[in-house]
Amino acid sequence: MRHLLSTKNLSRDEAILLLDIAEDMSDTQLREVKKLPTLRGKTVVNLFFEDSTRTRVSFEAAAKRLSADVINFSAKGSSVSKGESLKDTAQTLAAIGADGVIIRHAASGAPQRLAESRWIDAGILNAGDGTHEHPTQALLDAFTMRRRIHGDASRGKDLDGISVAIVGDITHSRVARSNLWLLRTLGAHVTFVAPATLIPFGAAEWPATISYDLDQTLSEGRPDVVMLLRIQAERMDAAFFPNEREYSRWWGLDDERFAAMRSDSIVMHPGPMNRGLEISSTAADSAQSTVLEQVTNGVSVRMAALYMLLAGEREGA
Amino acid sequence: MIDTILITGATLPGGSQSDILVAGGVIRELGSIAAPAGSRRIDAAGLVALPGLVDLHTHLREPGFEQSETVLTGSQAAAAGGFTSIFAMANTLPVADTAGVVEQVLSLGQQAGYATVRPIGAVTRGLLGEQLSEIGAMAHSRAAVRVFSDDGKCVHDSLLMRRALEYVSSFDGVIAQHAQDPRLTEAAQMNEGSLSSELGLKGWPAVAEESIIARDVLLAEHVGARLHICHLSTAGSVEVIRWAKARGIRVTAEATPHHLLLTEDLVRSYDARYKVNPPLRRDEDVLALRAAIADGTIDIIATDHAPHPSESKECEWDSAAFGMVGLESALSVVQTALVDTNLVGWNDVARLLSATPAAIGGLIGAGAIRAGAAADITLHDPSTSSVFDVTDLAGKSVNSPYLGRQLSGSVRYTLHNGYLTLDDGLVVPAEVVAASARAGSQMEMGE
Repeated sequence: MRHLLSTKNLSRDEAILLLDIAEDMSDTQLREVKKLPTLRGKTVVNLFFEDSTRTRVSFEAAAKRLSADVINFSAKGSSVSKGESLKDTAQTLAAIGADGVIIRHAASGAPQRLAESRWIDAGILNAGDGTHEHPTQALLDAFTMRRRIHGDASRGKDLDGISVAIVGDITHSRVARSNLWLLRTLGAHVTFVAPATLIPFGAAEWPATISYDLDQTLSEGRPDVVMLLRIQAERMDAAFFPNEREYSRWWGLDDERFAAMRSDSIVMHPGPMNRGLEISSTAADSAQSTVLEQVTNGVSVRMAALYMLLAGEREGA
Repeated sequence: MIDTILITGATLPGGSQSDILVAGGVIRELGSIAAPAGSRRIDAAGLVALPGLVDLHTHLREPGFEQSETVLTGSQAAAAGGFTSIFAMANTLPVADTAGVVEQVLSLGQQAGYATVRPIGAVTRGLLGEQLSEIGAMAHSRAAVRVFSDDGKCVHDSLLMRRALEYVSSFDGVIAQHAQDPRLTEAAQMNEGSLSSELGLKGWPAVAEESIIARDVLLAEHVGARLHICHLSTAGSVEVIRWAKARGIRVTAEATPHHLLLTEDLVRSYDARYKVNPPLRRDEDVLALRAAIADGTIDIIATDHAPHPSESKECEWDSAAFGMVGLESALSVVQTALVDTNLVGWNDVARLLSATPAAIGGLIGAGAIRAGAAADITLHDPSTSSVFDVTDLAGKSVNSPYLGRQLSGSVRYTLHNGYLTLDDGLVVPAEVVAASARAGSQMEMGE
């Protein structure tokens, strides 16, 4: 694999291979010495144009446990008018000798632009671009579901027949998009649940069921997985919904809705959570919640992605 | 300097063959003509002779943005594309909202000599959409401005638009509206649809264009004024214009070459060469625009030539500038999209790209190849097909969406006021053209 830019173009075999390698990586993380020599001598740059301590730390841990040299490069303000351009930054990293660049950027498509430009030859790993994609988040979510469902027998398995409800601000969520493409590839069925303002325009053409009614989705669909997305307060100012109370009343996973869920279903959230808004504390802290597993699995999945991109001879490099 | 040019064996827009004798800046004679002594002969066998093309929508960037284009380089791009008259949009710095600025642009055009440069005046001061600019002063200036536009921005205040429509009719002017509801398109990046949602780029919905056009045709009807709509991009806009024309409303509409050939699918690359305003739309929209040109609902084709320096395009999509250069490629794109598909003939091309834009812009005497008319002539070879290349560009900027794309036809010669500005596919050097222009204007004064 040359780059990891989106989940849309991952084949089923590629996705399962990635998840299986993540299982291997996860096994090594149970050892006393967690560090592997795999990427010794490789330089990985964490290029973050947006603040995200959680994601940056997860990637940093993954790269370090593979013995890569990690450079953190935070470059806030990205446009031509605001300081250095993406092109100049990329060429600088190429001159430093970066083998891999993990990029988080507020502009959708910035990772693809890097990958398809001649500015830099490194493997590009998308760590979240605008409202486009966040492929490693989707991979760690799929990994987490597969583990919960198949346990130690996860290797080689897909998510055929699993139903997943993704609830919240789909419009602005790169996590929802990456999850949809990957979950479909793995055979799962996806329902997006949100008020119509927070369903992306034209999403009726996507391979997802659209629901405006969380209660109906929970009672009739009985989903295996309910994934809540973070609601950002600034959306209220742009007239996406009237206020937090109303959002929470109709689309929040409150105690009552949580109690009505199947006891073997799981509750996911990519974090950080707004407790009491999109998810109640009871649900977040329950045995059905995978919130902390997702964080742990994130490191294994990112190790797998870095391994696929950077170990051995690079394709086309 | 050769004053007399005999073009032999050209195919006129209607399909007949003719020689064309040009002398003293005007077309002297059509028919079968013996070469006068000392004349330059251009063999136009197999070439289509069109009246010099007229672009009602060009951004020349001067004054203020000379790193992108100047009046000189933009009119060189015009010559390369077969254009002999170009209307320069008002969004310069300072904005063309006073007689001083429009007269400056006019003079720069006259000095360069590649084309008739007609400045467009801003509708509102500083393009701010708050107060009318000095429309009367610009209309009565040496630049004799007849077209007024805030292009790049929409005149969105309904009352101001009404007043503007009324006021310019005092000067036989026309408002060219950039139809874009600003609130519906805040931070918009591409056509709104499932693709914009997939790519995570903020959508520019068709309704933001269509609702402004609907309002404005009703305002034009109410006050009895003339209205021109810039760069129609959606099937719905076509329906609104068709309805307005059926009602007898005095509205004209333009489409750009790129909206007739390219679709939003190109945005998948995140290559900002495809970022333009209004955005590239769906296949259905392209087909609706083509059909509207074929049936006369859309009156003209205009380039919206919008040069930008490379750093404004070699960046992430959100940060990139809107716009593409279009003068050099326009006729080839029109041939590819409309002529090769049998939707229009060369007579229609002459109307769409010369006679009607000249009429809308108040350009007297342009738009026809006939004896006695100014010798503005474009000779186009429709038989070629080639990959459009950066060497085909003649302006200062290279932000063309057609680089690497197969296009039909090529402009071989451009004559402006009887002298060559493009000679066998090569732009004639600036000093030669400037000297021809000076000689022409002295002769005019002498007569």
